[in-house]
Amino acid sequence: MIQIHCPYCGETLPELEFAYAGEAHIVRPESPSEQTDEEWAAFLFLRDNVKGPHFERWRHAHGCGRFFNAVRNTITDRFYITYKAGEPRPDLAKLLEESK
Amino acid sequence: MSKHRLRGRGRVDASQPVVFTFDGKPYTGLKGDTVASALLAHGVHLMGRSFKYHRPRGAIAAGSEEPNALIGTRRGPGRFEPNTRATVQEIWDGLETNSQNKFPSLKWDVGAVNDAAYMLFSAGFYYKTFMWPRSFWDKVYEPFIRAAAGLGVSPSEEDPDTYASRYLYCDLLIVGAGPAGIAAAREAAGKGLSVVLVDENSEMGGTLLSEPQSKIDGKSAWTWLEDELAALKEAGVKLMTRTTAIGYYHENMIGMVEKLTDHLPTLPADTPRERMWRVRAKQVVLAQGALEKPLVFHGNDRPGVMLAGSAQTYLHRYGVKVGESPVVVTSHDSAWYAAFDLQAAGAYVQAIVDTRPQVRQDLQAEARTRGIPVKLGHTVTATGGRLRINTVRVNPLNGTHVGNGQWIKCDALLMSGGWTPSLHLFSHTKGSLIWDDDLTTFLPKDTPEDCIITGASRGLWGVEAALKDGSVRVGEALSKLGVEATVSDYTVADDRVGTGVTMRELPTDRSAGKAKAFVDFQNDVTAKDLRLAVREGMRSIEHVKRYTTNGMATDQGKMSNINGLNIAADALGKKQPQVGLTTFRPPYTPTTFGAFAGYHRGDHFEVVRKTQIDGWAEENAAVFEPVGQWRRARYFPKAGETMDQAVARECAATRASVGIFDASTLGKIEVVGPDAAEFVNRMYTNPFMKLAPGKCRYGLLLGDDGYIRDDGVIARISDERFHVTTTTGGAARVLTMMEDYLQTEWPDLNVWLTSTTEQWSTVAVNGPNAAKLLQPFVKDFALTEDNFPHMSCVEVEVAGYPARLWRVSFTGEIGFEINVPAPYGRALWETLWDAGQAYDITAYGTETMHVLRAEKGYIIVGQDTDGTVTPYDAGMGWAVGTKKADFVGMRGLKRPDLVAKNRKQLVGLVTEDQSCLEEGAQIVLDPNQPIPMKMVGHVTSSYHQGTTDHPIALALVEGGHSKMGETVYIPMPDRTIAAKVTGTVFVDPENARLKI
Repeated sequence: MIQIHCPYCGETLPELEFAYAGEAHIVRPESPSEQTDEEWAAFLFLRDNVKGPHFERWRHAHGCGRFFNAVRNTITDRFYITYKAGEPRPDLAKLLEESK
Repeated sequence: MSKHRLRGRGRVDASQPVVFTFDGKPYTGLKGDTVASALLAHGVHLMGRSFKYHRPRGAIAAGSEEPNALIGTRRGPGRFEPNTRATVQEIWDGLETNSQNKFPSLKWDVGAVNDAAYMLFSAGFYYKTFMWPRSFWDKVYEPFIRAAAGLGVSPSEEDPDTYASRYLYCDLLIVGAGPAGIAAAREAAGKGLSVVLVDENSEMGGTLLSEPQSKIDGKSAWTWLEDELAALKEAGVKLMTRTTAIGYYHENMIGMVEKLTDHLPTLPADTPRERMWRVRAKQVVLAQGALEKPLVFHGNDRPGVMLAGSAQTYLHRYGVKVGESPVVVTSHDSAWYAAFDLQAAGAYVQAIVDTRPQVRQDLQAEARTRGIPVKLGHTVTATGGRLRINTVRVNPLNGTHVGNGQWIKCDALLMSGGWTPSLHLFSHTKGSLIWDDDLTTFLPKDTPEDCIITGASRGLWGVEAALKDGSVRVGEALSKLGVEATVSDYTVADDRVGTGVTMRELPTDRSAGKAKAFVDFQNDVTAKDLRLAVREGMRSIEHVKRYTTNGMATDQGKMSNINGLNIAADALGKKQPQVGLTTFRPPYTPTTFGAFAGYHRGDHFEVVRKTQIDGWAEENAAVFEPVGQWRRARYFPKAGETMDQAVARECAATRASVGIFDASTLGKIEVVGPDAAEFVNRMYTNPFMKLAPGKCRYGLLLGDDGYIRDDGVIARISDERFHVTTTTGGAARVLTMMEDYLQTEWPDLNVWLTSTTEQWSTVAVNGPNAAKLLQPFVKDFALTEDNFPHMSCVEVEVAGYPARLWRVSFTGEIGFEINVPAPYGRALWETLWDAGQAYDITAYGTETMHVLRAEKGYIIVGQDTDGTVTPYDAGMGWAVGTKKADFVGMRGLKRPDLVAKNRKQLVGLVTEDQSCLEEGAQIVLDPNQPIPMKMVGHVTSSYHQGTTDHPIALALVEGGHSKMGETVYIPMPDRTIAAKVTGTVFVDPENARLKI
């Protein structure tokens, strides 16, 4: 069982407390009505299927209840970082360098 | 003393005889024996039948890797376990054991006819044999496979034992208490660390238990072991025996199963049978040792053929001679010591047969001294004997030429094909392996976990090497834990270090195609099968494994993987690493379901949520149903009533006078804050900005894809406070969805969301007399049409309790929902129940609620919708606030597929013959079209107990809204039912009954 650091609680806790919540940094458009069918379909359905570092969302479902972002390696299940919702996407190259 | 037991030898207690039964016959063993060692002491080698060919089999090993000697064990009613390894099960007075896979008896088994027909059962026989004709599948093949499948017999009674679960956090976990593990523990002990040392066996020591001749630092091995374990215990190391590390999971979580009672003659009170430990260790040392490889030759599975190292274990640990006149066949030095030790114990070793032309001089000299004939450069080509080996055929090898065979009489054949490091747990970590050509095996390389591997499991042989390696290697873990790494030196005398060569199937002068040279004993996979699989096109070891089932038995390839790989690689003409090694998966040894289930069984299997009114329902004979973990009253049958009769009565009574219903399970979310209205308005399709405090509105929740997700009535309590209800099963999902949008899309909105489902008890009263019943209890507030119209809410006192009183209806009758703080629920219910007697009040359950709402065409999300239904499909376009700037799902509703013609739409169905349709039944337009028919929808709800004079149904039908009055057909197995398409409202379309 993996352990996950909640950036709101500041603690590293068992996976059991958390729920996966899909790919991160997919923003709901400000004005959905102005979206073309293609744009809206892409927002709804198109997701990366990453082998390796993946930007994704988790929720501390059985803790503080907050959604947050993470970079996790889908091969090893290792988290490089977790960060609060709304914070910018971290520099992946730097993260990978640091994790070596 | 039994015939083959050596007085004063071994770690068994000669003063404590133990009587157990095997296949009904009593045997006497000694305390400390396993079933296998006790049977072997009586000369019983035949312990089971193989899976496919039903060949007679004996114990080939002495530990948990045993593939053959699988038995059923019994301890009174319910306590039966199949497939227990006789080599592991400790005996106790009264233990009942049975052999498996035989009929009518172990010695004479009908299924052994498979053995004669073995040519039919070659690799991939399932795939080839059972392909066709198609019609044979149901009547011939499947029953055959079902009857033949599985080892042993499943227990038929409920398991009366309990199973425990524990978490354990430690600094250092050491798996395997052989020399390497103990040496590692010694360096870690006494340094302020929490250290855990585990071993699957009943006692610690590993190899030392089977090799007592070695002297460590001047002490005899067993004295050293005793002193060392005492010192570890003294230093606070947690020592756990009979505890198997079954799996290595992410971030150093190790699953361990501790067996607590299977070895005890009487069960202690309040003790679980097994305990599952979930260990999170900062550092892990794997010291699992190595497993001996069998040699592969024709007849290598006959009872009496055994691994040489295991014969050593039986001799030294249990004081049992596995044979009086054994032959040893080997390609490794280690088996020579088995010959010497057995000879010293009084056996007459008939020959040491070594495939190698050259063997160490000192070994040859000792064999000569002991008078044991030696045959170097020889192979074994056959064995004889029916239920026990009595002869072995030995041939000289001259290069690749195999000379004439000579039969040697024997009563046991001890074999060794060398040793394989036990890399199971290491592989669970996704550790990489590297092929070692010299040892002809995989060795551990890198692992992403904080894990160190030491001793024989990384290819080091001998006690001294293991001790030194454990002592040195643990240093890395200690440094990471912030303590000083120390190294102890060890001097070991009489250490037995050897080398060997790895053989594939042994050369033979006979037809290799007819050889039954077993690689996987339990699954009856032979060398021939593996080569056949390669000839038939399998290229990867993963394919070979699945085609032949090599390594798929309960021993999970502990014996067979490397031999199988060597043979497959040879057949492919490739190096082993190019062919690959199959993945080791947890659990390391077969694990009971009980250990995994732990406390989660019976009442603890799943949470049962009960409302405050549940007790009343139980006292009033309610029949319950589970809904989203809630236990809800489904109906309240009177004596002798069926469900249909009860529901018909409850429906009629509610429409005639008044019914009372426990609606407490409805999900409730309190939405509070300056932006509460804006938030609710964005989440739900309906407009909420202008909803006045004191008013309720039905709310429809979509996903951004435009499909219905949930619904419920929403009350505006005040400007900044909404009381939102959800479906019973959808409460958590809806709150999660709301939180998601609030936290991540609209963090600027100043809103709090709080689950209040369990804070309120909700009592619903419905029916023409509902207002009359309720009015006397409502303080200073008139329940009139003018003062409190339909879809209103008010905070008042009801029966003396603070309440949120709603005027809403899910039945089409005058309806109220009284929300009171949860603890008052039952008192309020009983107050209304007592007063309601004047109106013949009737308690109704979820079934009546379903019927009454269906008569009004009110949908149930998840029953009448399935995640692909839009509000328009459901005929609820009126609920969509098309003038709003945005709401979740608004853009989705305009997607091309959602505005396409001929979508499935919710309609009513009335059958022509007044029969009741089956929910889920498929609908067609033309019943006479050829099969497969085009299906245009399905029945979503169907009832016949309601207050209409005919059964009613709701259905999703393609283009249904434009098919009013048309006839559709529902083909059933016995007939086709015609039904007319109608609107969804069957009762009171004018809503006249809602008025007070």
